[in-house]
Amino acid sequence: MNALVAPEPLPIALSAEKSALLARLAEGLAAEELYWVAAWSAARAGQAQRGVRRAEATPAGAPDAPRLTILYGSQTGNAKRLAEQFASRGEAAGLPVRLVRADAYPQRELAKETHLLVVISTQGDGEPPDDARGFVEFLAGKRAPRLPGLRYAVLGLGDSSYPRFCAVGRQLDQRLAELGAARFAPLGEADVDVGAVATPWSAKALEKAREALGSTAPAAARSATVHALPSRGTHSREQPFAAPVLANQRIVSRDSERAVHHIELSLEGSGLRYAPGDALGVWPVNPPALVAQWLQALHLDGEQEVVHEGRSLPLAQWLSRERELTRLTRAFVAAQAAASGHADLMRVLRKENAAQFAELLDSHQPIDLLRRYRAAWRAEELVAALRPLTPRLYSIASSPRAVGEDEVHLTAAKVEYAAFGVPHWGAASAFLAAQEEDARVPVFIEANDRFRLPADDARDVIMIGPGTGVAPFRAFVQDRRETGARGRNWLFFGNRHFTRDFLYQVEWQEALKNGSLHRLDLAFSRDGGGICVKSPPMDGRGFAQDARKTYVQDRLREQGRELYAWLQGGAHLYVCGDASHMAKDVHAALIDIAVAHGGHSPDDARAWLADLLTQGRYARDVY
Amino acid sequence: MPPKLSELEHIKERSRQLRGSIAAGLADPVTGSISEADTKLLKFHGSYQQDDRDLREERRRQKLEPLYAFMLRARLPGGVVTPAQWLVFDRLATDYASSGLRITTRQTFQLHGVLKGNLKPTIAAIHHAMASTIAACGDVLRNVVATPLPEQSGLHAQAYAWAAKLSAELAPQTTAYLELWLDGEKLVGEPEPEPLYGKIYLPRKFKIGLAIPPLNDIDVFAQDLGLIAIEEDGRLAGFNLAIGGGMGATHGDPTTYPRLAEVIGFVTPEQLRAAAEEVIAIQRDWGDRSERKHARLKYTLDHRGTEVFKAELERRLGFALQPARAFRFDHNGDRYGWTGGEDGRWHLTLHIESGRLLDRGPQRLQSGMRELARVHTGDFRLTCNQNVIVANVDADDRARIDAIVAAHGMDGYRRQSGMRRHAIACVALPTCGLAMAESERYLPTVLERLEARLEHHGLLDAPILLRLSGCPNGCSRPYLGEIALVGRAIGRYDLRLGADFSGQRMNVTYRENVDEPAILDALDPLFAAYAAGREPGEGFGDFLWRTGVLATPAPRPERRIAAQVPA
Repeated sequence: MNALVAPEPLPIALSAEKSALLARLAEGLAAEELYWVAAWSAARAGQAQRGVRRAEATPAGAPDAPRLTILYGSQTGNAKRLAEQFASRGEAAGLPVRLVRADAYPQRELAKETHLLVVISTQGDGEPPDDARGFVEFLAGKRAPRLPGLRYAVLGLGDSSYPRFCAVGRQLDQRLAELGAARFAPLGEADVDVGAVATPWSAKALEKAREALGSTAPAAARSATVHALPSRGTHSREQPFAAPVLANQRIVSRDSERAVHHIELSLEGSGLRYAPGDALGVWPVNPPALVAQWLQALHLDGEQEVVHEGRSLPLAQWLSRERELTRLTRAFVAAQAAASGHADLMRVLRKENAAQFAELLDSHQPIDLLRRYRAAWRAEELVAALRPLTPRLYSIASSPRAVGEDEVHLTAAKVEYAAFGVPHWGAASAFLAAQEEDARVPVFIEANDRFRLPADDARDVIMIGPGTGVAPFRAFVQDRRETGARGRNWLFFGNRHFTRDFLYQVEWQEALKNGSLHRLDLAFSRDGGGICVKSPPMDGRGFAQDARKTYVQDRLREQGRELYAWLQGGAHLYVCGDASHMAKDVHAALIDIAVAHGGHSPDDARAWLADLLTQGRYARDVY
Repeated sequence: MPPKLSELEHIKERSRQLRGSIAAGLADPVTGSISEADTKLLKFHGSYQQDDRDLREERRRQKLEPLYAFMLRARLPGGVVTPAQWLVFDRLATDYASSGLRITTRQTFQLHGVLKGNLKPTIAAIHHAMASTIAACGDVLRNVVATPLPEQSGLHAQAYAWAAKLSAELAPQTTAYLELWLDGEKLVGEPEPEPLYGKIYLPRKFKIGLAIPPLNDIDVFAQDLGLIAIEEDGRLAGFNLAIGGGMGATHGDPTTYPRLAEVIGFVTPEQLRAAAEEVIAIQRDWGDRSERKHARLKYTLDHRGTEVFKAELERRLGFALQPARAFRFDHNGDRYGWTGGEDGRWHLTLHIESGRLLDRGPQRLQSGMRELARVHTGDFRLTCNQNVIVANVDADDRARIDAIVAAHGMDGYRRQSGMRRHAIACVALPTCGLAMAESERYLPTVLERLEARLEHHGLLDAPILLRLSGCPNGCSRPYLGEIALVGRAIGRYDLRLGADFSGQRMNVTYRENVDEPAILDALDPLFAAYAAGREPGEGFGDFLWRTGVLATPAPRPERRIAAQVPA
């Protein structure tokens, strides 16, 4: 695999001028971009040998040849993964396909499109993923063309625990019909247990697509088809690499309220490659104490063999390694309600009690329902009712340029708290935090093309990463230092306490000293608004109190003028971390800043920010 | 050619009268520390930058900087504190410090663990309580100590007034203090040099202590300038001047040594201010500014000769010192429990182990003192032995005070062994940057083990002076302990023996660099001999000399300092 990207042989075949051009082009490209270039070059070479001169400039091929365009919008990588799988199966079946991310899709081509498959997720309260905002807007708007010649299918991804489940998929499916297009497959709606719906849906849709395209598909189409399906060695999500733990170090002080771990893993021999911005997928094993809680609550025997979908494993094994135990879903609440017959649970599932239901999901894990609403589960039923364990994605905290290609670093906050009288854990964070040196962690790389350093290294970057959201920015700053990037780097970091939770403090200090970080603004929310302080307790003795909590968005506003100037100067802005509050608060602060310092109206400011998003100059990796 | 000035002299000179870049350092949110150079200047404002040494390695692995925090020391001349002031210090200790309030061996309060962002509100609160931190550290006149002596209220009032006057009038005058801590106006341009301290202040710290015989609780001979109050016919006649005391030394460097002050003459109260100022001024002009280890007045005197110094002093004063008057010191410890004063008021001296006022189990010293401060109508006196005197109590209030003391487990002075009541320990680990070994944290352990041996020999009540120090610099005045442990490394100390009980004779090294078993084994037979052979009223240190356990110490050899004498 590596030989494909080795640059050394190239100058022999090229003139010095062309070689330099190529080197400049390739500089800063991520592994999959380089593969793409290689594949594109190969296709060009094939055409050149056949003496084919093509007027079409886009490497994706001419739109007049009938083919299936697979368009995806993805926030956490699931939609992208499904789209990629569909593309490779389609290819294998001899279909001419092109795979394209929604924000890379030339919208003017839509009118001429004949076959379109959309895979798109819905975020939070019905938002499209960042990479599909432009496409969704375009399609919803007045400028969307009539599409009488289009046949399409939409696979929506979502979380049924939210009221607006698969809202974006539904909206696209309906809108395409309004525009005159005809479905070749009905809308698919996949829940958090993605595969349960997506796998059969994809099989059926592929069949339908073949029917729709089959008669017109030229046999040679396959060789001319090129897409950005990256090659990732032998390891993948389905076949993770067992990465040895090189180091596992708590990086908050002993008196911090939460444990955050810095974890270094070896990728040696895995063939896995990553770029700053990518995520590492981790297949966790559920905490043994949690599995014990389950078995105890259900009076079930962990040794008991359970057969499910043709596989036989001891129950404890199913619960440890195969099933999701820490995330509560609507489906499980419904199952538990049915099994226990408990009126409270039935009630909370009703549509009019959505707020109550959301509160339940927010504050409970499945074990809490098992303990409170007793039900007699049979082991087979339980395994069938629980959704399969899914890997967790961690934004990678290292640059291979700085730590070597065979090493990857993570920043994981261990989720551990007491509720309803028993300890609770997050599956992957507890798993990671417990791994000692030389233990092995099953991992894979989840590329995130939407979260990349600017190709032009003279661009400034602004990074907003409170809490463990700082992880990818450690990778960014490392990378920019190693590549000698000319642009400036500005980091906003926040957490609870200066003395306890200043993640990677000494590294940032060093980065400021050596010039790889140019500005660092900090917000410690529990330090009473001061810097490096111990906040006095409220003591009723008239002491001057400042109970304000300061967050990164407050620092953004304070620095608004400067920040706006950086953005006007072409800076790229990145946000990583909590999606439910922080990302929204930061978004609102950015709008305020554009109003205050850019003279925009609030609507213009929103449009300006939306434009930055579609340009890829405002990228978010939020969860 | 004049010797090269030490780096610190340059820092002082460039500092614009103690400003440096402290303001910018305090505002830097990325670190809890300030720059190295600024830490030197911050001392003059009463604060040392420290870090929790227990956590240093752990935090390094956590990719966190050391847990930087600041020790803040007040300037409380004579150790006099009003109840209102006490409550302010208590509140600051509760809100901002990490380990309660600590009474120092120079009669003042120290707070430890004050984070950078809390320095300003803490200093401002101290200022608003009519106290200060200015020059509590640094190359200046430090807190002026004075025998608390509430019993002789008339004499104490006169003596204390002089201590307070010297402390106030000889303090640095720079407005940097107001500027940094009290929102004073920012200086534009270059500041004027100070009248006494110029641009570069003194070569090293300077300590004045005032003792009222027969009490030498302040260890007057350990001061750069010791003042021995002379009472005649019930009036303060004046002061004997003793110059050149100092405790600090460096292990393995014989050119450094502890030294007792020499009495050089007598001045009247009216002459005191001028005499003190000129002693400081001569040290300012003559002190060694190239090597800080040799910069204290004691070395200046040994370089130049005490007589030469005295002649220069008289020349600058324009009058001759009178011959020293007779005086006698009985002891240098505190007298615990209640004592009655000449004016009918009462005074209660409480023993505070290592001066640490903190709630620990049944001993709730910080809370107890807070309760006392809420009801007490007199004042408090901190002592140089790290204790506290509840002074000027009406006879009617004694029972109430006793009840609070008992309720908070502060009445240990009634039962404690003689050694425990007289023990002093410096802070040392984990906050002190100079510490080589444990001191304050080790005191309870070592006391327990020594008490076991003492008890075995029937010596539990013998008032033996024990002094513990984490390094040879001498904050706990270890060279004046009948028994002293001076830290060399974790768990290892020099065992020194043989000071007297009144602070007039230093001890000598008995065992070098030994661990606890060796210390206990060395002391046990000496305790046995002392129990069997002491004369009535004979102190442990005196006994060791009389019986020849300790040989006569060699006089300090002149060659030790010969190299320092300018050609």
